[in-house]
Amino acid sequence: MASSPVQATMEEFIKALRASEVRVSPAEAIDAHRALMEIGYGDRTLVRDALCITLAKSETEVDRFDEVFDAFFSRDAFRQEARPQRPDGEDGAPSGAAESPGDLPLAQMLLDGDTISLNQAMEAAARRARSTDVRLNTQRNLLSRRILDEMGLRELEELIQRLREMGMPRDEGLADRLAERREALFEEASRFVDRQMMLYASETGRRMRETLLGQTKLTGVEPEDMRQMEALVKRMARRLATRYARKRHRADKGKLDVRKTIRKSMGYGGVPFNIVWKTETIEKPKIVAICDVSRSVAAAAQFMLLFLYSLNEVIEKLEAFAFSDRLIRVGDILENEELDAAIPSIIKKIGMRPTDYGRALVDFTELHRADLDRQTTVIILGDGRSNYSNPRLDIMREISHRARAVIWLNPEPETYWGQGDSRMDEYKRFCSVAKVCNTLNQLERIIEDVLRTYMPR
Amino acid sequence: MTVQLTQSPVAESPLASVEAIISGLAGVGYIASRRIATALFMAQHLSKPVLVEGVAGVGKTELAIATSTLLDLPLIRMQCYEGLDESKALYEWKYGKQLLYTQILKDRMGESLAGAHTMEAAMDRLHGMGDMFFSEPFMEPRPILKALQSENGCVLLIDEIDKSDEAFEAFLLEVLSAFQASIPEIGTIKAKIPPLVFLTSNNVRDLGDALKRRCLHLHIPLPDASLEERIVATRVPGVEARLTRELVAFVQSLRGIELRKVPSISETVDWARALVLLHAGALSTDVVRETLNVLLKYEQDIVAIEPKLNELLSRAAEVGGGE
Repeated sequence: MASSPVQATMEEFIKALRASEVRVSPAEAIDAHRALMEIGYGDRTLVRDALCITLAKSETEVDRFDEVFDAFFSRDAFRQEARPQRPDGEDGAPSGAAESPGDLPLAQMLLDGDTISLNQAMEAAARRARSTDVRLNTQRNLLSRRILDEMGLRELEELIQRLREMGMPRDEGLADRLAERREALFEEASRFVDRQMMLYASETGRRMRETLLGQTKLTGVEPEDMRQMEALVKRMARRLATRYARKRHRADKGKLDVRKTIRKSMGYGGVPFNIVWKTETIEKPKIVAICDVSRSVAAAAQFMLLFLYSLNEVIEKLEAFAFSDRLIRVGDILENEELDAAIPSIIKKIGMRPTDYGRALVDFTELHRADLDRQTTVIILGDGRSNYSNPRLDIMREISHRARAVIWLNPEPETYWGQGDSRMDEYKRFCSVAKVCNTLNQLERIIEDVLRTYMPR
Repeated sequence: MTVQLTQSPVAESPLASVEAIISGLAGVGYIASRRIATALFMAQHLSKPVLVEGVAGVGKTELAIATSTLLDLPLIRMQCYEGLDESKALYEWKYGKQLLYTQILKDRMGESLAGAHTMEAAMDRLHGMGDMFFSEPFMEPRPILKALQSENGCVLLIDEIDKSDEAFEAFLLEVLSAFQASIPEIGTIKAKIPPLVFLTSNNVRDLGDALKRRCLHLHIPLPDASLEERIVATRVPGVEARLTRELVAFVQSLRGIELRKVPSISETVDWARALVLLHAGALSTDVVRETLNVLLKYEQDIVAIEPKLNELLSRAAEVGGGE
């Protein structure tokens, strides 16, 4: 289907926006077209503002939009009407081309130094080569080659070859000039591909990395991926919290609130016009998180704490504890310190020592027993390896009895539970849920299940 | 020479072009950036609501007020809050009036049923009286319905939509996309002239995609120095150019510091007013220290700024005197 150049440009622009995670729905794309019809294409600022207003729907999207717009329209595609594309039938040998390479448009453009036409030819070639579908860095060379082929590189090389064979000094000179410009064309093409990669593939690449990170074992994350991992964890905690930390009222239809109805009917001489139904206020969830930061779980502890930190930012009633041989409250540290400082300071304070689960549980009951009630969900993050000390299962029983639910997330695979000094198989009995949790994806899925199932609602 | 009195060309609509909007809004005391004006232009020509976002005090609500003054249309304002529902936003039945009517009806019941001899006949007659309790005379229009019913169009401002519940957001969708509202007892009420709708949000919570898709989106950032100087000059009569430059430079430098609440435009304007009232010709350390509470709303912020005050002021004075 033939579409006008402007429309094709708009479609590519929207594609570029989507690749940069500006969400554009078809309805918004139509709005953008309508907006352009209102204002025309003459004024660049106006076009930019109008498109921004119709397409970008949040502050971050506005920033991304501006970036994409600058990168995309640095090519001035809007200004010139695209000229007719390369005429077909260039395959025939340009016989007697010694005088002028005229019937080969590419050669002519190169000799004339006509950058505008060259740009347009490259755009057109890129469109034919489907450059906007690029996703991977490794496709770079292939793509620039394909674009050059579409522009008629092969014919150009044949021409140069023939000119050299003629052997005349003038032909030699022409061939040299063409060869020189051809190099420039190569560079131009690779720059063009870079820009395309930036527009269409940078975000996709990032997303792919994130997907991979989600599946990587927490214990095996490369240091250079840490930053991204942090961002992922934070986003995850925020996502979970917006879903669950809301206060919810629900009208419990069917139960008449007699007292309120009568009170309201006073104004109408006792006729109950306003009928009031009983509503229930849903309490915000209370979560107690206990995190093992001892040596045996050192690698995972980092993330458990990170998760704790993020959760603390979004859930109001979070009580956080950390332990190795002794257990302390870490709520204050999470509350008052920046992320970069909080985690090391917790580890320094209590971490990296041999574990004593029994002792830690005793400390926990001393600190927090009174606050455990049926609205509280206890989350324990740890491997259950207690260095052959008394596991104090009695305390565990009491906790599970008092709390609404006890969730245990263990970074070790299930086959290791109960092996060596692990008391996990015994602790497991007192947990509502005990699961392996060793990747971010698992962590998110479990926490989500937990919140859905065990939160008071 | 004969002077021909030509009819002046028909007064152009204030929303005819982006430039016309900028100068029109400036005429009613609102200095708009190009992007703001473009948003207004698009809203008018595409008949779409505008969702205005930005930090508090950046002029979101002001924009709606200025637009209504510019167009000489009534402004209907609806403040959103948690628990707002359609009986407060769209319509409510006038219960008191309905009650009065039942009383009257009771007295007249004997008369009107006098001819009916059988139960069926009486019932038929009762049906014939119609559902008059649920008709327009018994309806109390609330802001949205008022906006739809207004004869000459109006500016509808739905303020702080992010404070309302998600259910209310969903309720708004019909109004925003089709400019109509459905009332079960009566039917669909469609706007005579689609109102110009502004929604404002402070980002207390993320709005739904469905709502965003139906709106044009305008984010108003904190202004740069030259725009802010023009705003102050327009909003505060009697402020000297030099003082304006100085105080704007000072406020702009405050925005570079990590504060709990950075001052936005409304604070700058208030501060400029305060300084004019105090007859301050230039910023001196004493005057600024005394009036800092106009600019900064948290004690911690004021404490954090005080030690740096001299340095910030000398830099601001350079800007003020330099031009």
